[in-house]
Amino acid sequence: MSTARIFVPNDATAIACGADRVARTLADALAARGVQIDIVRNGSRGLFWLEPLLEVETPAGRVGYGPVTPADIDGLLAAGLLDGQAHPLCVGLVEEIPYLKKQTRLTFARCGIIDPLSLDDYTAHDGYKGLAKAVEIGPAAIVEEVFQSGLRGRGGAGFPTGIKWRTVAGAPADQKYIVCNADEGDSGTFADRMIMEADPFCLIEGMTIAGIAVGATKGFVYCRSEYPLSLIVMEKAIAIARRAGLLGPNVAGSGYAFDIEMRMGAGAYVCGEETALLDSLEGKRGIVRAKPPLPAFKGLFGRPTVINNLISLATVPVILEKGGAFYKDFGMGRSRGTMPIQLAGNIKYGGLFETAFGISLGELVNEIGGGTASGRPVRAVQAGGPLGAYLPVHQFDTPFDYEAFAAKDALIGHGGITVFDDTVDMAQMARFAMEFCSHESCGKCTPCRIGSTRGKETLDKIIAGERREANLAILTDLCQTMKLGSLCALGGFTPYPVMSALTHFPEDFGVAPKLPAAAE
Amino acid sequence: MSVGYEPWSADRAAQIIASHRDMAGATMPILHAIQEAFGFVPEPVVPMIAESLNLSRAEVHGVVTFYHDFRREPPGRHVIKLCAAEACQAMGATALAAYAEQKLGIEMGETSPDGRVTLEPIYCLGLCACAPSGLVDGRLVGRLDRTAIDELAAEANR
Repeated sequence: MSTARIFVPNDATAIACGADRVARTLADALAARGVQIDIVRNGSRGLFWLEPLLEVETPAGRVGYGPVTPADIDGLLAAGLLDGQAHPLCVGLVEEIPYLKKQTRLTFARCGIIDPLSLDDYTAHDGYKGLAKAVEIGPAAIVEEVFQSGLRGRGGAGFPTGIKWRTVAGAPADQKYIVCNADEGDSGTFADRMIMEADPFCLIEGMTIAGIAVGATKGFVYCRSEYPLSLIVMEKAIAIARRAGLLGPNVAGSGYAFDIEMRMGAGAYVCGEETALLDSLEGKRGIVRAKPPLPAFKGLFGRPTVINNLISLATVPVILEKGGAFYKDFGMGRSRGTMPIQLAGNIKYGGLFETAFGISLGELVNEIGGGTASGRPVRAVQAGGPLGAYLPVHQFDTPFDYEAFAAKDALIGHGGITVFDDTVDMAQMARFAMEFCSHESCGKCTPCRIGSTRGKETLDKIIAGERREANLAILTDLCQTMKLGSLCALGGFTPYPVMSALTHFPEDFGVAPKLPAAAE
Repeated sequence: MSVGYEPWSADRAAQIIASHRDMAGATMPILHAIQEAFGFVPEPVVPMIAESLNLSRAEVHGVVTFYHDFRREPPGRHVIKLCAAEACQAMGATALAAYAEQKLGIEMGETSPDGRVTLEPIYCLGLCACAPSGLVDGRLVGRLDRTAIDELAAEANR
């Protein structure tokens, strides 16, 4: 028993549900019993309904107990927690939990398993194998490997990462940058946060590989201020990597220089848009830039910049380690590899589910997610965050795939799925989408700045029953203008939740459902 | 965490600015550090930052006012931020926020007249699978319900 360890997650969700108090109570209880055993603060496995999930190493594997409260500790110890004995909270071997077992964890392979701040643990679980390969094959071959993997931007736009890297690699400059977009503002998403808190070296390794690939020596991680724990863990991990010579003038003795700096956002959703993020990093208002020039040519401080979503960068190590062809073998159509899907909102088994593209929305929500937390029927899901469409139950056969979602006027975005039960008022959700856009608009382009305000006002009139037909026509026209005329996805995609709500749930807007197409 | 801010001091502000000014794109890190020290961004600091970074006052003012995080007034001694985004709404956050307003006697975005507590919306803490969630004096809280709000209100009024 002396070598066994107990794990209590140091993850924002686990902590919000009491993990710190559980860890303290456990430490005190063990001390009072004179038991010497290491309590490791791991990241989360992403099975959030079980958090705080306490795990104990046993000869058979790690046995889990959850959700644990401080009041459960004495009872757990009495039942034989340290030997993985039975208890009402026991969930058995964690690896055998179907929710986890059904996943294909490539990007999240180490999440919840390792001590996030132990380099030994990281390397013992295949960490830095990708970097070793990258150094061996050199910049051009790294770019080719990423291109071959079919990896597309996981922030939502889905642009091929390899092409972005190739462009920056070919751009001559005295200084180039790698910028990690960790401004994960979409409600219903937490994948970036989980990587930062559970496997920070994976992001550091991915950014380092990107730096070597394109000739950049400096990286920035722009993390939102709403993730205070992620910022702390990342800062610590960067310091550890620097001390170990894995960041700095001669990364792991390779001759390549690369270092990373953390930067904190300040509550502006629009800074998740890449050009607004770059302006914010430069110390300005987070205003969207017109493209061209692309950030690949003129990015941060006017220099060629790779700006990638955190998940894209954190997927690079496994692609280098196992090869682009290995990664490409997962998925469907033009959506290759795996996607960390985040099940959120009113859902029984909320959490992170990494799987190959192609799984149906219905399987995700009903079979894996177990339906609603409230026990009421599912009415709608919003896929892809505040700018994503609401999908009704009759579209649950849609496979999780960039193109299949686009064909239904929806988007997968950053992989968040927010579930609503039948108490939701879809007209209010449409209004919220417009209100949120008006709140967060950077103000540069008129369709977004003015359109969202007018959209909110028009929805208020529709909800109040004021000249409904005429106002619905105005709303539809306004959405079209925003969609086609906005500079970035904030104004351009806000029409998705609004119009999808109206199309699929007209009764909430006081309009009779489509067939027959009669005036009300 | 919202208790124990330093009183305004131009010397201290100058020190903070000097220790961050050589960072690339220093405005945001400086503003964060100023707010961490004083609890908000006092007006006199704007021309100081402008001069130090060779920017106009208007540019610095523009940055301070663009970002929701930067306060131009001191917050209450306790700050309760409740998530108002979709995943939390799906779990009843809107009704819970109304309950918190009633319980604390202030509206979202307000500070109580006695300076005890500030109530604010926040848009997503990434705690979307343990909704509704919040951030109370820097502490993350999830699975909130009316009982939890009662406790938070009692704590804030202590």
